Amino acid sequence: MYNLSIPISDENILQLKVGDSVSLSGVMITGRDTVHKWMIETFIKETRQMEGDDLQVYQAIKRLLNGGALYHCGPIVAGLETGDYRFVAAGPTTSIREEPYQGDIMRHFNLKAVIGKGGMGPKTLTACHEVPGVYLHAIGGAASLIAQSVQRVIDVHKLDFGVPEAMWVIEIKDLPLVVTMDAHNNSIHAEVETRSMVELEKLLAT
Amino acid sequence: MHDLTNAFLELIRLTSTDLPTDVEQSLIEARDRESPGSAAKSALDTVLQNVAMARKNSTPICQDTGTPIFYVQQPEGWSTQALREQIRTAVAEATARTYLRPNAVNAITGLNSGNNLGDNAFPTIHFEEIKGDELIVDLMLKGGGCENVGVQYSLPEGRLGAGRDLEGVRKVVLNAVHQAQGRGCAPGVLGVAIGGDRGSSYYGSKEALFRKMDEPNPDPQLAALEERLTEEANQLGIGPMGFGGETTVLGVKIKGMHRLPASFFVSISYMCWAHRRRRMTVRGSDIQYL
Ligand code: SF4
Repeated sequence: MYNLSIPISDENILQLKVGDSVSLSGVMITGRDTVHKWMIETFIKETRQMEGDDLQVYQAIKRLLNGGALYHCGPIVAGLETGDYRFVAAGPTTSIREEPYQGDIMRHFNLKAVIGKGGMGPKTLTACHEVPGVYLHAIGGAASLIAQSVQRVIDVHKLDFGVPEAMWVIEIKDLPLVVTMDAHNNSIHAEVETRSMVELEKLLAT
Repeated sequence: MHDLTNAFLELIRLTSTDLPTDVEQSLIEARDRESPGSAAKSALDTVLQNVAMARKNSTPICQDTGTPIFYVQQPEGWSTQALREQIRTAVAEATARTYLRPNAVNAITGLNSGNNLGDNAFPTIHFEEIKGDELIVDLMLKGGGCENVGVQYSLPEGRLGAGRDLEGVRKVVLNAVHQAQGRGCAPGVLGVAIGGDRGSSYYGSKEALFRKMDEPNPDPQLAALEERLTEEANQLGIGPMGFGGETTVLGVKIKGMHRLPASFFVSISYMCWAHRRRRMTVRGSDIQYL
């Protein structure tokens, strides 16, 4: 079991191997479908004009993502009327939907850890090797438990994307994760997919 | 006929926060089958801790409370319009109380309504008039991650060598489990409908999921297929969360339907381990939650 804190050093990243358990602490942000699309279009490919508070938000998250972690999560949050936010349930969402965007985002922001569930594909694995970074798998559906790891909600950006799609800045303590893609081109997801394909072919042949 | 808004609210709270014991029991058995020290075992340990914590604190088991799907069976005399209004009020209230996440997104504008109320299909409510004097309401919360790995096949399916018979059904179901990998939060439960048209077939696959984990199919032929499929799906070795392991599916529930001579659909709804389903019955002033 590795205890890691954000920001994460290259040295720490490089020692991680698939299958390792990690306990993560520090300040990170949540982001899912809308956020990934917004980042790519507005700041990386620049196919969309900046508007509203885009630049301001960009500068705020840039600091946090440098050496940091991005959590694929659309939480349930209490205190929406008062602004005294509290995470009630906060498990991971399926990461593969961000596969077209993730690698470029990792490179652009020097993002070290992508957290989610279900794993990601070859583009992200290549970025993990280059940046270097890792993909950390949270336990899908363990939402009440994970919410307990969230010490406080520090800020929220782009709440107009909707509660699940906004960027929540949270401080976490001892978030339990498993390395399923490392910086050395290993992916448990690719391995399991290949192995189960062999079994499937046997079963289809009977 | 009285106002059931509060009863619906309690049904939603229970469904979101208190996993049915038959599902929990299956998860315990699955945990015990995984080898000590494996990522699979620790994943299921975490899952079970989470289930206990959600029940104790009355917080959602999973943050994705999905599409609320209500199946209402009402005796003659109940107004479906009134019931729909009460259900929608309860859903909005449950969202305000954080039993549900605001999940209704307008597909055209991208705007989230904030209270889980969208068009008539969100929340989804099916009504059916029945004999007798008991109102029965089943609720399922169907998460998005597992809904996305659901799939429908039209047999014959040449690539898989799947013909229009139960052997063909077996092949496509196994293929679906392989394609899903861990992405539907494995270990899951498969609801499978054989027959119907494209719409009714998917609908049937969700109905099949209401059968209890330990309740076998009344049709011996289908019961045997359910058992075989559970065993073979687990041979794939995908395991909890796709980490590799002994249990990939907790069970398979099949429903046979009628089909057109020209069509042979097999529809598979993948239900994640967070298999949130509850029943409420109302007779006079007596309300029960099962
Ligand atoms: S698939 Fe189920 S357990 Fe997993 S995140 Fe979605 S609703 Fe939750």
